[in-house]
Amino acid sequence: MAGFGTSVGRPIYGRGPSPGLRFTVYALLSLTLMYLDQRARWSERLRYGMQAAAYPVQVAVHSPAAAWHWFTDSFSTRSTLRAQNLELRSQVNALQLGLLRQRALERENEQLRELRQALPPLVKKWLVAEVISVDSGTLRQRLIIDKGARDGVHINQPVVDGFGVMGQVAHVGPWSSEVILITDPEHALPVQITRTGLRTIAVGSGNADELLLTYLAANSDVRSGDELTSSGLGGIFPAGYPVGHITGVRREANQLLAQVRAEPQAKIDRAREVMLIEFDPANPAAPVKP
Amino acid sequence: MRSREHLLVILFTSIVALVLNILPLPQWLQVIRPAFLVLAVLYWSTMAPFVAGMALGFVGGLALDVFQGSLLGEHALVLAFLTYLALRLNLLMRAKPIFEQSLYVLVALIAYETLLWLIDGWTGRSLSNPLRWVHTLTGALIWPVVVGVLGRFHSSR
Repeated sequence: MAGFGTSVGRPIYGRGPSPGLRFTVYALLSLTLMYLDQRARWSERLRYGMQAAAYPVQVAVHSPAAAWHWFTDSFSTRSTLRAQNLELRSQVNALQLGLLRQRALERENEQLRELRQALPPLVKKWLVAEVISVDSGTLRQRLIIDKGARDGVHINQPVVDGFGVMGQVAHVGPWSSEVILITDPEHALPVQITRTGLRTIAVGSGNADELLLTYLAANSDVRSGDELTSSGLGGIFPAGYPVGHITGVRREANQLLAQVRAEPQAKIDRAREVMLIEFDPANPAAPVKP
Repeated sequence: MRSREHLLVILFTSIVALVLNILPLPQWLQVIRPAFLVLAVLYWSTMAPFVAGMALGFVGGLALDVFQGSLLGEHALVLAFLTYLALRLNLLMRAKPIFEQSLYVLVALIAYETLLWLIDGWTGRSLSNPLRWVHTLTGALIWPVVVGVLGRFHSSR
């Protein structure tokens, strides 16, 4: 390292330690950081602080989009508001009907199970968070949301929208957190095919509209259109939350595994608001950490 | 005095580059978006090697790690390495015409992405997605623009 480029470099860098030495120091520093981040949970604290420092910049970067949404929201015309209102009202009616039916079913279920007292609700607490930054590359599918440890967000907390499972919290800062989406290539979600009860794992593809079911045997009973729900394994999501539906199955004679693709139910790339759920561990349906 | 002014300009342009780097964009734009911060760091460490040293590369890389959620220290290591090379070879590069500089930048960006790719692989995050290499080309293509814009900030060569 010392002999490299000496004829050019030496006379100029009279001040301070030589570039080679400085680089060695920086390299050791970053290697230590990488080691800590990879091996030890300790670096989560460091990240926590840095996430706090990064928050203002993230908000600033997001502000043009936020301003645009505010602008379109506040200047939307009477007729569009009326139309929206009508639509929402009919949605509320439909949901209320569904809720009545669900209550009846829950009661019936309780009677069937002969439970003396009503179970505590599965969802103990939920929190609406706004998306302040989207990272949707082919390698990373992440969201930054505007709720953090101060609001009670914790790591591995499930994130859903009104349609299905979106992801889980990967890093928490004081005022913001990072959500890893189910479509992130580093994310794997235990799922179940509702038609057959077959359990498997859905891995993110890197595209916001695709999941890959990479561990299904070529002779497994799966076809296009099958519904996927969370299987409740893995200890993060409870069983039965909608995840998506199968869009394509390809079987090749010389391969043991089928190539199965699915489309997520949640509006992964369009959501402006997401919901963070906390489950009541007293309910038997709540996910249990293995 | 001169170098303090310089330092402010360097910090300002680097922060702008960082924002451009992390601005949320549609996916296809994200693929071709050059690594603005890397280009800015390369520019300043070749053109003003006394003021912007490896510290800029290291801190900029750490910022990228935090904002992109990658392994902490990954970008910091690679950017510190790039600034090290730039500090060593800046005289060589400065004398070249802009087209040839673009070629150097292309090589530097490919080295940058290769190192990131290797670290990703070693830490179990490897994904052979060919799209991650696209930004090296666009980065080299946009280098003359970077020189044009950043060159306005410092008149003394």
